[in-house]
Amino acid sequence: MDLHTLTSMNWGIMAPEFAILGTAIILSLLDLFMPRTQSRRPLGILAIAGIAAAFIFLYLQFGHEGASLFHDMYRLDSFSKAFKLILLLGTGLILILAYDYRMNEEEEYRGEFYYLLLTALLGAMFMASSGDMITLFIGLELLSLSSYVMAGMRKRKLESNEAAFKYVVTGGISTAITMFGMSYVFGLTGETNLYAVGAALRDTSILQNQFLLVFAFFITFAGLTFKIASAPFHMWAPDVYQGSPLPVTAFLSVVSKTAGFAIILRFFLLCFSSAPGIKGDPLLLQVQPYLAVLAGATMIAGNVIALRQRNIKRLFAYSSVAQAGYILVPFVSVSALLFETTWFYLLAYLFMNIGAFAVIQEVTAASGTNDISGFAGLYKRSPWLAVAMTIFILSLAGIPATAGFAGKFGIFMNALGTNPGHYILAGILMAGTVVSYFYYFNIIGQMFFRSGQEERAIQHKKGLLFVTALCAAATVFFGIFPGTALHFFYNEFHLTDFFQTLGQK
Amino acid sequence: MSHLLSILLFSPLAGIAALSVMPSKNEKALKLAGLLGTLLPLLLSIIAAVTFDRSASGIQLAEQGNWLSYKMDQAGAGSSFAIDYEVGVNGLSLVLLLLTAVISVLAALGSWTIKKDWKSYFIFFLILELGMLGVFASQNLFLFFIFFELTLIPMFFLIGRWGFADREKAAYSFLIYNGIGSAILLIVFVALFMRTGTLNYGELAKILGGHTDPALGGTFRISLLIALFVAFGIKLPIVPLHTWMLRVHVQAPPSVVMIHSGILLKIGAYGLFTFGIGFFPSEFKRMAVWIAVLGVINLLYGAFLAIVQTDLKKVLAYSSVSHMGIVLIGFSALNEAGVKGAVFQLISHGLISALLFFLIGVLYERTGSSDLKDYSGLAGAMPVTAGILLAGGLASLGLPGMSGFISEFLAFLGLFKVMPVIAAVGALGIVLTAVYILRAVLSVTFGPPKDAHSGFYDLTLRERVPAFVLLALVLFIGIYPGMLSESLRTVLDTILLGLRG
Repeated sequence: MDLHTLTSMNWGIMAPEFAILGTAIILSLLDLFMPRTQSRRPLGILAIAGIAAAFIFLYLQFGHEGASLFHDMYRLDSFSKAFKLILLLGTGLILILAYDYRMNEEEEYRGEFYYLLLTALLGAMFMASSGDMITLFIGLELLSLSSYVMAGMRKRKLESNEAAFKYVVTGGISTAITMFGMSYVFGLTGETNLYAVGAALRDTSILQNQFLLVFAFFITFAGLTFKIASAPFHMWAPDVYQGSPLPVTAFLSVVSKTAGFAIILRFFLLCFSSAPGIKGDPLLLQVQPYLAVLAGATMIAGNVIALRQRNIKRLFAYSSVAQAGYILVPFVSVSALLFETTWFYLLAYLFMNIGAFAVIQEVTAASGTNDISGFAGLYKRSPWLAVAMTIFILSLAGIPATAGFAGKFGIFMNALGTNPGHYILAGILMAGTVVSYFYYFNIIGQMFFRSGQEERAIQHKKGLLFVTALCAAATVFFGIFPGTALHFFYNEFHLTDFFQTLGQK
Repeated sequence: MSHLLSILLFSPLAGIAALSVMPSKNEKALKLAGLLGTLLPLLLSIIAAVTFDRSASGIQLAEQGNWLSYKMDQAGAGSSFAIDYEVGVNGLSLVLLLLTAVISVLAALGSWTIKKDWKSYFIFFLILELGMLGVFASQNLFLFFIFFELTLIPMFFLIGRWGFADREKAAYSFLIYNGIGSAILLIVFVALFMRTGTLNYGELAKILGGHTDPALGGTFRISLLIALFVAFGIKLPIVPLHTWMLRVHVQAPPSVVMIHSGILLKIGAYGLFTFGIGFFPSEFKRMAVWIAVLGVINLLYGAFLAIVQTDLKKVLAYSSVSHMGIVLIGFSALNEAGVKGAVFQLISHGLISALLFFLIGVLYERTGSSDLKDYSGLAGAMPVTAGILLAGGLASLGLPGMSGFISEFLAFLGLFKVMPVIAAVGALGIVLTAVYILRAVLSVTFGPPKDAHSGFYDLTLRERVPAFVLLALVLFIGIYPGMLSESLRTVLDTILLGLRG
């Protein structure tokens, strides 16, 4: 590849990524040359500006035809745009949380927080755009490595150290497993490009190696589900969520998870959707029962263990595990509604979970405790915050007139829309939802029924208030008019290009 | 006024908006705003009732709008799943809408005993009313479900925040039981949606009545019906799914119980009627014996336990369980008399239980207790209250000339025609009802008066309005049932036609 080919490529399609990368570089240089004692908070504003720029570039790409670089290694198709929208929106909101997040004195001057968030985002965006195992893996690692450091950001806190250490070790193992599985895929097909892999696996001669094929499927699946924290690879989530600074927890539970789902959809649907299974059915249909068990176990584990949590961050970690189980349901059933319902749920999840984390950040800072009793009497201290938190919780619990319900309804349609319908899975989903009422409504009970020790009104931070208000409004809006988001999805994104090679040389 | 029904449906929002901008300390103004907030839906529902054409069959005041749709073209199926906004009323839902509006106003009057946080109380109260109106106005399962769940959340708060000592436990048990019910309901609705492609009541009844599609085969239908039965059985409630309801009746503030017992329990029966009988008439027929048996169990179980209660609230709670048995009995008969009796019972019990719980609220405010032995001899100090309580009790036990009589009579008449043995066993319940009602009412009014009673005052003007209005309605239906059955005729005709077919 000479210089001429390099310059002739359509680099413009990577504009959002370049905006993020550029901002991250500028931030790191500024951080390097700024005097040690100066506050790094202005860097946060710059980071938000970078996200805004990337968002504008992404917006300009809407409606454009799909394009790709390096033989589909990097793809700009509607799938990647749909997911990048969520990733950018989520990170933007989390940066506002981070801007208002108070570490203790000496740690406040740490600027790497902001650009690590951006590099993590960059990795996530690459995951959404990759059409090749190599780029996919690079994106995954960029996201992971940045996240490990962010988890341990409060380096003088023991629990933060523990979080970072556990995350690095378990994350490293999962990376190894992913790599191991991908090596099987490569070994079977001799290709790293997902489309080429898909084409190679369509060949029935692959059935000679059917056990290797199934093995490859499950190993890669196990490795990739680590990011979404589904059972049985969810054990890291509670400790890491608890130990990380709150904006990082929000990032892991929303952005990192969204990227995980993007990669899972992309990888398995492209590689395995036409792979033959053992008795004639496609492999993806044959493994459904196993995946259903995993999704069911994730929902059960998340919801049941959440019942006993007193620490609000741990509680949300298990809640997040349970939510991962819900979002896995469409993937298990592979119905015609898979993309829009998964995407919609992730969008809803973005607003309700980041909103909830904004309130948690506000409340834990005001009450000085992560215990759930910190919410006691919140209704007296700050009625609007309590109302907003109620909206987020109702949405997480899937109560109508919130985005969470509209999303869950879509998931249900997936589960019951295939033939035969996944009634047991739907049943577990519903049972899990009812169980989740216990712990979700317990928070509501604390806010409204109990009275706290503290009666003083909470001093609101503007950024947090903005995020809370925006998320609450969006949660209600997409609950009452889910059609607007779906309409947008159908108009802007044409998933036919998802299954096509875009083939720019 | 083409959007009359939607305006009616969302009219509680006006009250909510007004309340939310009012200062939270002004008790009088907040209560007044709450009351006015319930008067608006009442006014609109009266207008709706006037414009309603009783002789025409089918859905009236219908409105339809596009809401959201899922495209299926990625799979090449080319079809799309549309969920629309569809509201409308038939004779039955119109009557239930009116009942909701009336009881809401009277319960708002009964809410004067609420001691704290009037602002949020009335906001939740109006959200609850919005949900109930929506349940009865929906013509679409998705919409029905949304409003159905919308009643859940304000009830949770109303019980958990303004109830009596053990309120939190009652609130959680309400939430969990009803949450399970809604969960099952949602599975049924989505399963129907995915198999038929529509959520509209009328279209679903047509498709399911068609019997042609193998995807809608016997097992599918019967399992959906059983699921519906469990879901609405929790709401109704059917023994053994009733425990939550007793807690709510005892722990929730009386004004909320007026609504709960007067309307929310009826949603279960309404759902069974509209979806159970309406969608699966032949399967319902096959299950009729079991439903009748369940009905008799409810009737007798509730009545027996009501006899031994010492707390007036518990007597009435078990009485509700017992009276919902009559609804089941009427449905299981599946003939004109039976179904009519069941529907009459819905409305009649709604009025009577609202009246009785209103009186409990009055008594509790004076005595601070609901234990029967603390009441004895109240007739001396509060003659009007005692008289109305007696009248309400008589209506509840089915005295001719009152609404309770018509419904019990018709329900049993219907059942005697098809299952005489079960009906004969069930008829025992009527005797038991007389026993517990008279025991409860008489031990409140007669007996030696307590010293503490001397300072009690009788019903105030504010309290007289709900009591007299409800009693008048009970008497009106009892004396002139034709008024009600005229509105219900076309609905019952449609249902009975489906049953014969």
